Amino acid sequence: MPMKLAKFTFASLAILFLVAPLIAILPLAFTSSVILTYPIPSWSLRWFEELFTADAWRRAIINSLIVGSGTTLLATVLGTAASLGLRNRLLLFRGSVRTLFLLPMVVPAVVLGVGMQVLLARFGLTNSYAGVIIAHTVVAVPFVVVSVTGALAGIDERVELAAQSLGASPATVFCRVTLPLAMPGVLSGAVLAFATSLDEVVLTLFVAGPNQRTLARQMFSSIRENISPAIAAAAFLFIAATILVGLAVMVFRSMLAKRR
Amino acid sequence: MAEFIRFDRITKFYGPLCVVENLDLGIGKGEFVSLLGPSGSGKTTLLMMLAGFEQPTSGAILLDGTAINGVPTHKRDMGVVFQSYALFPHMSVGENIAFPLQMRGISKAEIAERVKRALDMVQLSAFADRRPSQLSGGQQQRVALARALVFEPRVVLMDEPLGALDKQLREQMQLDIRDLHRRLGLTIVFVTHDQSEALTMSDRVAVFNKGKIEQIGTPRQVYDEPATRFVAEFIGETNLVEGVVETVQGQEATVRLASGAHIVSALSGAVASGQPVYLSIRPERVDLSETRGDARNVLEMEVTDSVYQGDHLRVQLETAAHPLIAKLGRRSREFPPGTKVFAAFSAGDCRVIAP
Ligand SMILES: Nc1ncnc2c1ncn2[C@@H]1O[C@H](COP(=O)(O)OP(=O)(O)O)[C@@H](O)[C@H]1O
Ligand SMILES: [Mg+2]
Repeated sequence: MPMKLAKFTFASLAILFLVAPLIAILPLAFTSSVILTYPIPSWSLRWFEELFTADAWRRAIINSLIVGSGTTLLATVLGTAASLGLRNRLLLFRGSVRTLFLLPMVVPAVVLGVGMQVLLARFGLTNSYAGVIIAHTVVAVPFVVVSVTGALAGIDERVELAAQSLGASPATVFCRVTLPLAMPGVLSGAVLAFATSLDEVVLTLFVAGPNQRTLARQMFSSIRENISPAIAAAAFLFIAATILVGLAVMVFRSMLAKRR
Repeated sequence: MAEFIRFDRITKFYGPLCVVENLDLGIGKGEFVSLLGPSGSGKTTLLMMLAGFEQPTSGAILLDGTAINGVPTHKRDMGVVFQSYALFPHMSVGENIAFPLQMRGISKAEIAERVKRALDMVQLSAFADRRPSQLSGGQQQRVALARALVFEPRVVLMDEPLGALDKQLREQMQLDIRDLHRRLGLTIVFVTHDQSEALTMSDRVAVFNKGKIEQIGTPRQVYDEPATRFVAEFIGETNLVEGVVETVQGQEATVRLASGAHIVSALSGAVASGQPVYLSIRPERVDLSETRGDARNVLEMEVTDSVYQGDHLRVQLETAAHPLIAKLGRRSREFPPGTKVFAAFSAGDCRVIAP
């Protein structure tokens, strides 16, 4: 019994530690005060209004959606293609190539940021949406690769062979069998790519110009300029979006599990 | 029977490993041929080359007189059934069966009609809208069978299709497939490692060992006239007794055993006088009695053990030179250990096999 109690206490503390920052910031999204501090004088939605009407915030939300969509599309296509390529048994050094694709997950973002800025400057892509999207794609692709590779690994190769023997050309096998079976993995990869882009600050600092300020970047800069509760409202949006993303991934995973 | 499929000196290497070695095999139209052998003997590899999933390292595969080495799988028009069913998990049973028909651009109305008939054929009409995962193993394999037959392929290939089913279901499916083969006049190449399955279903059995065919023949031939020691031991149970050829007379030879006894036996291949050989004697062909009788081959032996196995009595016999097992019919009398008996069998019930 005491053991059980100790475990329970420890787990509760760990969870508290993880969500404490959220508990600290989220209620402030609904304050009527003009500064980001407790106590909350009265409840109000004025900071959400501010978020959607103030020019800087509105632009930031739109930018995040533009960059997020672009990144999702690009990263999903590239990551899916890479995963399909990694499936080839004849590929030399398959393990090493796979690791290469996952590298952006562990390389420090500042290092990537510096390199990215130098590279994009070369191609005249700094201060452009394309530049930001490319930078975000680099860090989003690994999530797609992991997710799609997992889904592909679950496909019985003989199902594809059977399709061939039944008269399906390689392209038809891909469209009618491989892709539909991998789709839950592709979709959850896409969702993760979007979440990665939404959340990305460091690379954005390096490569984005004033016209490509994303929501995360805007929060980062406004917390040092003026600490208005609009930040808390933005954070609230983030949490809501993240929870939606999490739910979506869970749904796709269960779709994948049901197939088996 | 016109020859329909021909493997012409097929060799297949995986890296340094020779999996199929210089193999020749002809299969007739409408014939049911089993590739029988232990696991790892190259049966699946040969089937995969016929389906076009693998390419032979050398040699040619001919279908109806035309080499098909370069033809991709989807243009070979062969139905393949795998042990793992390999159904499309994201399609219903009906969609699975419709798939090959859609690939052939057949009209919607005709597809519906043919899917229905195929489902009737495998008694799954009520399951058209189910997902494969909602069916039992036996039902899934029947769907796979219907899917492989619905487009009337030129050849049907099956790789241990019944291996995952329990015994009773397997035996039922064996008879069902054999029945379909006869009714539809299908050409079937069937891979199995189960000798009784091969004997039950096939017109001819090709016995594989280490990438080569040791013997090919009707079930009766491979069982009654094994050409090699491997075939004799792999198919059914047998007694192998060492001896030396004394004389050869036409299709028979006289073999002297270590005990000094002489056995007259049918031949499976050419042997010469003085050659050391094995005799293969099927246990169920041995008769036991307490009197010498007038059979051509009689061995004086002693019972060491006797086990009642329901459908037969299994008697273990011994002489100084070699043991022998006899399987006697249910109506046989008991032979308690220690009994002195005469084991008798005719010349046609044993085979001389060169080692
Ligand atoms: N794709 C492959 N790569 C390398 N070796 C293989 C491959 N497929 C089969 N083998 C080897 O070839 C041999 C024959 O295999 P297989 O044809 O599957 O035998 P069987 O079907 O008679 O059990 C085995 O030793 C197996 O390990
Ligand atoms: Mg096999």
